[in-house]
Amino acid sequence: MNPSEQLDATFIALADPTRRAILARLMEGEASVNELASPFEISQPAISKHLKILERAGLVSRSASGTRRPVKIEAAPMKQAVDWLEKYRKFWEASFGRLDALLATLQTPINIDKPSKKKDEPDA
Amino acid sequence: MPKPLTITTPGDRQIVVTRDFDAPRDLVFLCYSRPELLRRWYGMPDWTTHICEIDFRVGGKWRLGQRSPDGYELASQGLYTAIVPPERIEQTEYYDDNWTQGGTVNVLTLTEANGVTTATMTITFTTPEARAAAAASPMATGMEIGFKRLDALLAEEQAS
Repeated sequence: MNPSEQLDATFIALADPTRRAILARLMEGEASVNELASPFEISQPAISKHLKILERAGLVSRSASGTRRPVKIEAAPMKQAVDWLEKYRKFWEASFGRLDALLATLQTPINIDKPSKKKDEPDA
Repeated sequence: MPKPLTITTPGDRQIVVTRDFDAPRDLVFLCYSRPELLRRWYGMPDWTTHICEIDFRVGGKWRLGQRSPDGYELASQGLYTAIVPPERIEQTEYYDDNWTQGGTVNVLTLTEANGVTTATMTITFTTPEARAAAAASPMATGMEIGFKRLDALLAEEQAS
């Protein structure tokens, strides 16, 4: 997968609430499919389907050996998606920060723009 | 303190940005629809808005261009497809370099309650691939350049 396909797969993986919950659980540590299925009211095959999508996005991996075959989270692709959204967030935070200031200015009566004396200051 | 911003990526083609403002929505609507106001807030810090042309009517064309301190230029344009003052603006957006792969449809809705206006912007890409491609685009790169001094700016704004 190229970087753009990778992000695409990541966003699709993150769009589903069950998959987000699975990732949140895996952030606490690796787990078997049974352990992952238990908090959800859906079947183990349904969980396996979600895991396949997460695996395709490279967000989780399963060890090939052992009967438990625990699933664990893969941090790097997750970070790529989060980094991009972080840049997007900063763009809008900066723009909206300036919009706040502009809205405040537009709502200020014009005479307040002039420097005013403090109450307790004597007249010059 | 600036109000919190939320960004979500519902479905496979959308990005949704939501933010509250301490102002009546008529005023927020004006800040989006008048070029002399829009250019005062929209864009990356330290970049100059050298193009801000707005024909604010349904079917009217808009074009925005920004230039980074080291001369990098980023411009986009589109048409207004629906306008309902002071609650809704729908517009198409195409970047000159076509890095959004077919453009996006941007819908802004404004709702007001107790003097606070909530702006919700929904950006819909043509395909899931296009949304992902935007991440590897000049916009992301341009933002990186533009944000070098952003932290300081935000700190200043919060201190004042």
